[in-house]
Amino acid sequence: MERYLLSGNEAISRGAYEAGVQVCSAYPGTPSTEIFEELPRYKDVLYCEWAPNEKVATEVAYGASIAGVRSLCAMKHVGLNVAADPVFTAAYNGVNGGFVIVSADDPSMHSSQNEQDNRYYARAAKIPMIEPSDSQECLDFMKEAYEISERFDVPVLFRTTTRVAHSKSIVTLGERKEHEVKPYERNARKYIASPANAYQNHPKLERSMKELEAFGNTSSLNRMELKGTKIGVISASIAYHYAKDAFPEDTSFLKLGLTNPLPMDLIRSFAEKVDQLYVIEELEGFMEEQIRAAGIPCIGKELIGNMYELNPQLIRERVFKETAPVTDIGVKAVSRPPALCPGCPHRGFFYTMSRHKDFVVAGDIGCYTLGGSAPLSALDSVICMGAGFSAAMGMSKAFEQTGQKRKVFGVLGDSTFFHSGMTGAAEIIYNKGNLIPVVLDNHITGMTGHQDNPGSGYTLQGDIAESLKIEEILASYGFKNVIIVDPQDLKAMEQAVQDALNSEVPAAIIVRRPCLLIKRIKHDISKCVVDEDKCIGCRMCIGVGCPAIMVKDKKAHIDQNQCVGCTVCAQVCPKSAISRKEN
Amino acid sequence: MSNVRSMLLVGVGGQGAILTAKVLVAGLMEAGYDVKMSEVHGMSQRGGSVSTQVHWGEKVNSPVIGKGAADLIVAFEKMEAVRYADYLKPDGIVVVNDYEIASSSIAAGLCEYPEGCLEAMQKNYKCYVVKAAEIAESLGNTRCMNIVLFGSLVKALGMDTMVDWEDVISRTVPEKFRELNLNAYRAGLSAVAS
Repeated sequence: MERYLLSGNEAISRGAYEAGVQVCSAYPGTPSTEIFEELPRYKDVLYCEWAPNEKVATEVAYGASIAGVRSLCAMKHVGLNVAADPVFTAAYNGVNGGFVIVSADDPSMHSSQNEQDNRYYARAAKIPMIEPSDSQECLDFMKEAYEISERFDVPVLFRTTTRVAHSKSIVTLGERKEHEVKPYERNARKYIASPANAYQNHPKLERSMKELEAFGNTSSLNRMELKGTKIGVISASIAYHYAKDAFPEDTSFLKLGLTNPLPMDLIRSFAEKVDQLYVIEELEGFMEEQIRAAGIPCIGKELIGNMYELNPQLIRERVFKETAPVTDIGVKAVSRPPALCPGCPHRGFFYTMSRHKDFVVAGDIGCYTLGGSAPLSALDSVICMGAGFSAAMGMSKAFEQTGQKRKVFGVLGDSTFFHSGMTGAAEIIYNKGNLIPVVLDNHITGMTGHQDNPGSGYTLQGDIAESLKIEEILASYGFKNVIIVDPQDLKAMEQAVQDALNSEVPAAIIVRRPCLLIKRIKHDISKCVVDEDKCIGCRMCIGVGCPAIMVKDKKAHIDQNQCVGCTVCAQVCPKSAISRKEN
Repeated sequence: MSNVRSMLLVGVGGQGAILTAKVLVAGLMEAGYDVKMSEVHGMSQRGGSVSTQVHWGEKVNSPVIGKGAADLIVAFEKMEAVRYADYLKPDGIVVVNDYEIASSSIAAGLCEYPEGCLEAMQKNYKCYVVKAAEIAESLGNTRCMNIVLFGSLVKALGMDTMVDWEDVISRTVPEKFRELNLNAYRAGLSAVAS
């Protein structure tokens, strides 16, 4: 049998394909993105797309389910906050074709603004939750998820974490089984969530959850590995593998794959077989709280803690007080935070903002969050997708109310504009906001690794698409002065900012230059060099925060391996000591 | 799991550690091992510190390890060797690229690049220092630095005859870079004295 090393995300994609899924919609977000990057390889037999945001993706997938096909949506943990609205009501209505929602959580916040534990969504929405622990389970459990969705008439939450999504392990593939399309008939009673219908759907959902709990007691998704009787561990997801490595060889395990609703009879019978019961889970005590509430004593969070990722060594330390053999080598590494790439078009914009200490700049989620890092340090806030505009609006209103004259900017990227910036832009016009919205348009969804969006001109399946024009959208909202500027020209960038601030009519700025990493565009790449005779070591060029520049022996030095010749550093040099080599 | 061996590949986003791990894993699978690896994507790839973990053995549970548990660290940049040194077993092996990349905090003048990274690693661990950047440059393309280091790590772990690595590399890297990478592999092997 052919064995493949697949990431959890690749295996989820494969599992959905094998389950006969037909319609898939998602918005990219680390660590979930690769699920959908893999799907186009199956485009002959399924439809897949990037939606403008997670709520739209979830509604598209749910609509497809109502129409009778198996459907998929996927998002990072915070994406489920955006998508929560349809999820809760889809739970009441139920499904026609199987409907699976993938949520990829990010403990330790490798690439996220918080480490919320999305298992609580399954409880709150009253939907079954499946948690795979490795790539083979990602594939196999996906198929099981569709069966459960259809059998119990509910959406299924398929929850991974970074280490499940991005770890690779060996997988044996199966074949795609075409799923019989359920005939579509109007069913107003089921799918129109009017108060009267919802009133009847709620008890149906409660019954489903009861049946699911009984199902979980015997389902192969949950399994006992009985060894010794001294210690028993209940675990799920990646924490199961950590615990397997950390606990003694003779430990018995109850490994759960269906974690909402918890199979309490199975848990009770496992607990009775061991002297001491541990519940090992990453982040919150989601299982532990319920197990304790059922009157089953266990040890867990008081030792394990509820923050950040675990690993086998941390469990050894916290449970068995075994510290790692660590040598003090006497040298310490200094921090190496991520930074805007050399040649990043965001640099010119943030450099301009950094020259005005009186500006208040509300930022957003994307590569441009790095505009808040030193030495640019040009952001006041970053909250969530879309808040770049709307939080800036609130700040400007607060300043107005209290008589403070502050110049407020709201900043977000092109993909974020389509995601949830458009509503903020409407808010600014409608409620007469005194701020400048800025769209950093680099033609791509950058931080997640270059996914297309409604402005990029292509679809996930690689087809040419209508490219939505941000300037036309803003103009139609009522921004009568939309200024488009190339951030690589610092003079023009500064002029655009001043023109917007001085505008008599509502103004917005589109900072436009494609991301240098976009492969389908031919970029004008060269190198900048320092004339050491002219350089006075004033460090002005360091202020642009480019990883390619550093000062050595009182002279600026540009790493020729990294430099792409964007000239932003050259434009700030007071002695014209930096020049671009022409190709 | 005592029969599981663990390796960390550490460096700076964009240095090509993921391709190195890919070649290694392809060979380990060919040799019949159970393999797990773990990468982190997203924000840290933008010039930040990155690490990829590879574990192999008869049966691997966890795709990640904590401190004091790695058999080998391959550092694509010398300060990154220092950063992750805590992850090594006391008798762990280090292959370190004699190559320096300033971090954005150093470039911004907020701190200095630490002195004595290589010496500290050599003093405390069995350490192979490889001038992979120089070697790669002499082969005509600095980007094959990752495969130079691959050759060195294979030699350092005594795995150079485990499978036909040249065949594995040929299958894994793009056709037009095949010769370059095979040369890089051979140069990496000989950079580590047996």
